[in-house]
Amino acid sequence: MNALFSLVSALIAVAALVAVSWFGVGAIGLDSVFGVIIPYIALAIFIIGVVYRIVDWARVPVPFRIPTTCGQGKSLPWIKADNLDCPYNTWGVIGRMFLEVFLFRSLFRNSKAELREGPKAAYASAKWLWLFGILFHYSFLIIVLRHLRFFMEPIPSFVEAITSVDGFFQIMVPTVFISDLLFLGAVTLLFLRRVGLPQVRYISLPADYFALFLILGIGISGVLMRNFFKVDLLGVKSLAISLFTLHPAPPPGIHPIFYVHLFLVSVLIAYFPFSKLMHAGGVFLSPTRNLANVNRSERYVNPWNYPVKVHTYEEYENDYREKMKECGIPVDKE
Amino acid sequence: MELHDLPKPQDLMNIDLNKPPETGWMDTPTVFRNGTYSYPAAGKNLKILGLANPRQWSPADEDWKLPENWKEIILQGMKERLEKYRSFRLFMDICVRCGACADKCHFFIGSGDPKNMPVLRAELIRSVYRNDFTLLGKMLGRLGGGRELTIDVLKEWFYYFFQCTECRRCSVFCPYGIDTAEVTMIGRELLNLVGLNINWVIEPVANCYRTGNHLGIPPHGLVDMWQFMTDDIEDITGIKIDLPINKKGAEILFVTPSGDYFADPGTYTCMGYMMLFHELGLDYTWSTYASEGGNFGLFTSHEMIKRLNAKIYAEAKRLGVKWIIGGECGHMWRVIHQYMETMNGPADFLEEPVSPITGTKFENAKQSKMVHITEFTSDLIKNGKLKLDPSRNDKIIATYHDSCNTARAAGLLEEPRYVIRNIMNNFYEMPENTIREQTFCCGGGAGLGNDENIEMRMRGAFPRASALRHVVDKHAVNRLLCMCAIDRATLTALCHYWAPDVTVGGIHELLANALVMKGEKERTVDLRGEPLGDEEEDE
Repeated sequence: MNALFSLVSALIAVAALVAVSWFGVGAIGLDSVFGVIIPYIALAIFIIGVVYRIVDWARVPVPFRIPTTCGQGKSLPWIKADNLDCPYNTWGVIGRMFLEVFLFRSLFRNSKAELREGPKAAYASAKWLWLFGILFHYSFLIIVLRHLRFFMEPIPSFVEAITSVDGFFQIMVPTVFISDLLFLGAVTLLFLRRVGLPQVRYISLPADYFALFLILGIGISGVLMRNFFKVDLLGVKSLAISLFTLHPAPPPGIHPIFYVHLFLVSVLIAYFPFSKLMHAGGVFLSPTRNLANVNRSERYVNPWNYPVKVHTYEEYENDYREKMKECGIPVDKE
Repeated sequence: MELHDLPKPQDLMNIDLNKPPETGWMDTPTVFRNGTYSYPAAGKNLKILGLANPRQWSPADEDWKLPENWKEIILQGMKERLEKYRSFRLFMDICVRCGACADKCHFFIGSGDPKNMPVLRAELIRSVYRNDFTLLGKMLGRLGGGRELTIDVLKEWFYYFFQCTECRRCSVFCPYGIDTAEVTMIGRELLNLVGLNINWVIEPVANCYRTGNHLGIPPHGLVDMWQFMTDDIEDITGIKIDLPINKKGAEILFVTPSGDYFADPGTYTCMGYMMLFHELGLDYTWSTYASEGGNFGLFTSHEMIKRLNAKIYAEAKRLGVKWIIGGECGHMWRVIHQYMETMNGPADFLEEPVSPITGTKFENAKQSKMVHITEFTSDLIKNGKLKLDPSRNDKIIATYHDSCNTARAAGLLEEPRYVIRNIMNNFYEMPENTIREQTFCCGGGAGLGNDENIEMRMRGAFPRASALRHVVDKHAVNRLLCMCAIDRATLTALCHYWAPDVTVGGIHELLANALVMKGEKERTVDLRGEPLGDEEEDE
């Protein structure tokens, strides 16, 4: 897989999506296709797809208990065991998973290996990926929560609270949200990291760039529609509520940039279940993280364990009985 | 290929981690260069085990003499395993290629070959998974990151799945815990289905299957070897040890890797066990049938792990022991800790382990009934049951290499350190990125510690060696301690090439040096037969 090929093909794909929705609404007037039909289909694919994927994973057995132990295990009472990095009970597992899912603990360990004269290997701290990742995921979360205002009437107070904190600095009118800036910045940095680091560039597939460009496209179109095109947000809200009350009615006159935004979101959620984005669900099921290191103290059953051909002691003694007797090893059959 | 055929360390490491090839990885062909791959399994060994496609072949040949329907076999094997192992299934699906694992692999750091980045090693098989098992991959083909399973892809698998020591270091850093060991273990299983395996794994497996140990030592040979050790112990301590062998009704069965019987420096560790158990008056037994704690089945297939491991519980049952102690070994403890009880348990004919010396209950082993030797020994020391003279080890300035498997698959980190600190006075840790859960592989685990693979081994050994050289420069370290039989063999070569003034040894060797035994004569030499004190002072 060629790096440039990956990048360009993904860029073309996302550009095509933008163009299709822009002209679809702006030139041909397919408001209800992009405002109603596609979002409905996308949401259905998302929900069914995600449930299907999780169920599909969950029904595959975990035959062995294989946690990666990253700290001292529980053994003798006077040796301090590390319940978070090497869990010995369910609380430890919950703690470990919490740190993993909410704080990206493993990524926080990241270091960078460098070769020096000598030859020597040196390991520098490398928390950038962790930082970009945290910024990206949490600003995304805040943005999604803020969007609840479009689907709910009255707007829940926590949404109002998030929104007012997020817009605290009141830069420009309409307010530019901090989360928007962080989000665009983080996605950009993740992209620059992907193209900038030779190792990461080398492993990148079109799918990796596609997800980045798609998300970047959603962010940019969102900021554009709100802060530059100043889209009729009341119209957007009436569309959103009409969709969720199952009486879809796209109001006329919403700017095409909104439909670009909505279409990219639709593509993202429809693509989600089939893509690496499913890591969001998969991380909970990872057997190296979600199992306790109690292998020798608690039974673990492999549902498909089956008998295997072994070389029994009897066969072994048959092979060697005389020799064993000669050198004084006790035997079962004289 | 031999060590002396290799270029000097600085020249060997004339690589750039940040310069991948011009060609994309799917278009970069695999080159089987001497010194970087292992010889294939001999047909006779495959026959003993009833494994597929026994024949004469070489990876350097164009024709690998595969069964005609090899592709079908592999894809069918993949399908089965995707339905049996959630790990495999999930790890095929959720990688985001963030690259956090890239420079965590010792083989990548030592070779600069991007296909040794854990992410790309897994992509070698993921690309086929996408092509044949996922909707988008089927629709988009190469654009979707998929590629067809061709003979070249299969050869690439063979080269790179046998260039992974399954050390799990990458899984420590992966945000989703993706464990390349799971991927390459399954990958090797698939390769085995069409008769692609390496002799340095399969011969020990075949030996172990028949004779009970990897080295193929028959029972009378073992008795000779053990006797040789007790003779040496008598020379050194004046104490004659009568070894219990296959003794029915003993309280404890002792199982250790056969590497400890066979060659220095493992033998010194083995003598250490003998001296310790003798001094304690332990009611225990060695076994010639279960004479192998190690399990190269781990490097073959899950089924083979079970086939070899079955001997341990079977022998414990036959001899009527109450519980089991296991010796110093790395991958052995991955199997004992994470697989044995599930595969061959429950061992309800055994009792929950209790130390007969201290009365300590080993609660952490109450289900599997098998205790690690450093758990046993650190408990003895903690309870003041051993008379130790650490000054007998004063010539030795040591550092400790955590085995991958005891560190990352069992969390055995403090027990060995506690023992080490109590048996010697000069102990220094290597830098923190290279020990404990971040420990680096010796470069020769998972069956790759053979001579023909020496260049790749020394490349893989580089991160460990670099950390070692750091403490050699800083603290004049002259002994690399480990509790792993593979380490004792492979680290010896590592030191030879990278740090010639350092020797390698096990923990119980030094314990026995320090152990003051009842009725012993004054010790003048250590277990290696070298003078205890500083020679110059004696003169």
